[in-house]
Amino acid sequence: MALFLFKGALSLYLLGSAGYILFIIFQRKNLARLSYVVLWLGFAAHSLSILLWSWQSGYLPVSNLKESLSFFAWAIIGSYLFIHLRFNILVLGSFLSPLASVLMISSSFLQAQNDIVNPLVRNLWLTIHIGTIFIGNGIFAVAFLGGIMYLIQEREIKSKHFGPFYHRLPSLEVLDSLNYNCLILGFPLLTLGILSGAVFAQYTLGTFWRWDPKEVWSLVTWLIYAVLLHGRLTTGWRGRRSAMISIVGFLVLVFSFLGGNILLKGYHSFSAFKVSAPEVQHLAPGNLRQP
Amino acid sequence: MEAKLEIILIGLNHKTASLEIRERLNGFLNQEGPTPSHLKGRFGLKEALVLTTCNRVEVLFTSEEPDRAILGLSTYWAKGLHPSTDGAFPGFYIYRNEEAVCHLFRVAASLDSMVIGEPQILGQIKEAYRLAVEHQTTGVILNRLLHKTFSVAKRIRSETGIASHAVSISFAAVELGKKIFQDLAGKKVLLIGAGEMAELAAEHLLNNKVQQIMVANRTLERAMELAKRWHGQAISLEEIPSALAETDIVISSTGAPETILFYQDVKSIMKQRKQKPLFFIDIAVPRDIDPKINEIDNVYLYDIDDLQGIVAQNIAERKQEALQAERIIREEWIKFQSWLERIEVIPTILALRKKIENIQRGEWKKAETALQGLPPEQQKAVEIMTQAIINKILHDPITFLKDQATEDQKNEKIDQIQKIFNLSEGMEVD
Repeated sequence: MALFLFKGALSLYLLGSAGYILFIIFQRKNLARLSYVVLWLGFAAHSLSILLWSWQSGYLPVSNLKESLSFFAWAIIGSYLFIHLRFNILVLGSFLSPLASVLMISSSFLQAQNDIVNPLVRNLWLTIHIGTIFIGNGIFAVAFLGGIMYLIQEREIKSKHFGPFYHRLPSLEVLDSLNYNCLILGFPLLTLGILSGAVFAQYTLGTFWRWDPKEVWSLVTWLIYAVLLHGRLTTGWRGRRSAMISIVGFLVLVFSFLGGNILLKGYHSFSAFKVSAPEVQHLAPGNLRQP
Repeated sequence: MEAKLEIILIGLNHKTASLEIRERLNGFLNQEGPTPSHLKGRFGLKEALVLTTCNRVEVLFTSEEPDRAILGLSTYWAKGLHPSTDGAFPGFYIYRNEEAVCHLFRVAASLDSMVIGEPQILGQIKEAYRLAVEHQTTGVILNRLLHKTFSVAKRIRSETGIASHAVSISFAAVELGKKIFQDLAGKKVLLIGAGEMAELAAEHLLNNKVQQIMVANRTLERAMELAKRWHGQAISLEEIPSALAETDIVISSTGAPETILFYQDVKSIMKQRKQKPLFFIDIAVPRDIDPKINEIDNVYLYDIDDLQGIVAQNIAERKQEALQAERIIREEWIKFQSWLERIEVIPTILALRKKIENIQRGEWKKAETALQGLPPEQQKAVEIMTQAIINKILHDPITFLKDQATEDQKNEKIDQIQKIFNLSEGMEVD
């Protein structure tokens, strides 16, 4: 059932993306409105599939790349749908839904792994850690795309020669305000995610912070967004600079997400989620420090 | 058989006649009495509508004697233009049927205007139609055609971009402002120097509800005069730097021979402004503002050449969109044509029905005495039965007539039915 819902969500995302792409080409508002509804349906199916999966297994489905990509796509679509309620930027969907669809397609091609998962992952703190981090990431993905749109639009206006995007993209002020709103929503979530992760680490490993590679990269990401937020609030950083930092921040974030879980060793890597993995041998229930 | 009804349009416009000629024809029409009522019943015109704007004078009409109507109307107009001549005036264009309808669609959608996509023309056609209806010079065909025209114009406006982008400098500036600030409401404008174009731009900005206009001018008197007009504030040239700290849009158009705003000035002001975007419109020649300031983050500078470039680009885009509009016009003509063909057979259908009903009434009269003996409900039944027979008999020939067919076949069909049922004497009615 969860798989069926996942496939339904994927198809609906693809349909929504197609609609949004046709919208940006032909600029028929109805196409975007329809695609928006389709995305909501896809999001509903996707949420249900994740819920079912979590219900059955007892933890959020992020124990391997396949699940994580799908969860990331869910967070991106969800962030967009909710941000859309406040910012009526139809064309954002034309950028965002293809990105989410690509993540979903990649996820669907990856092999499902049926390893026995470390029982430690069934923990409330970890659920909060993962949930907030992913939703924060979704919001930063919106900021990232908004930043790209800002740079394109700014270039059109500064170059004084309008290409096809000039009329299709919203005004600079709207894009900048989107950036700001994503930042003030995403930053607390990222902070909360890191803190809850630390609490979970304290709970299971006896230490809040271990300078695990992913922790280091997450800290870098957090610092980038912290500097940006500070700059925005105090010295009036905005526009181009803000857009660029959001783009860089998101790229670092993606690197720490993919790199931290695949390339780099450490207890955040996917292999560490399995009971047999050497990285967590010492964490087997017998070795656990009791809280 | 009588002549076929045609839709015809005769007129002249800015492309075929000079302003002087257009004015003269307009004056002539006005002295002839309220148009279009003075055309009623003349030259074999059946329905008529007169459209006069500063760019065109056109008459749209239907007639069953099209050649006579065209000749009559065009010599009548030519006489109005040059009382001495008796030939037709060469500037007239004459469109018949498809050409006339498509031309009307094109005019209404503002494809035939001096500035493609300008919005006034549709309103002028609506007014012309209102006048025609008031003077009862329109009938079934023109009513239908004009309503179709309005919907075609609306469709073209919404489905193509012929009216979407600014084609004047001041509108282009406002449009740019909206791409930077989204909403101009609440923004502050600083006008440096005053000129016709700067004032026009300021008016457009005011229409978009900018909050305040400040005017700086070499002579404070002139500044105060303008400020008063827009309920703004007059400042001296020395106050410009401090005004820049709180303004959002600057329109500069002084006659100064040298640059008055430099890169460094603006750069330091941006810090004061906490990087709030600043949009400069420099329409002075020679330029007032250092072009380099466009490189500063959150500062946008457009000079007169840039704006003209945008206008040229937008005009080219409208022309491109106009090609799409032509496709819509073809489509709508085909729809209108099929309606025209459908109503063409209506007189024949009516005559056919009338003839058969006359037969029924005649036969009923003959049988009246015999039927009188029947009780009323049986009389009623007989009547219903004869009516049903009529309907059933007529069903096939009417379907035969209404069936979609080419123009030639259609006339042949009408002819056949008229011969078979010998309808020629019944055709005058209706």
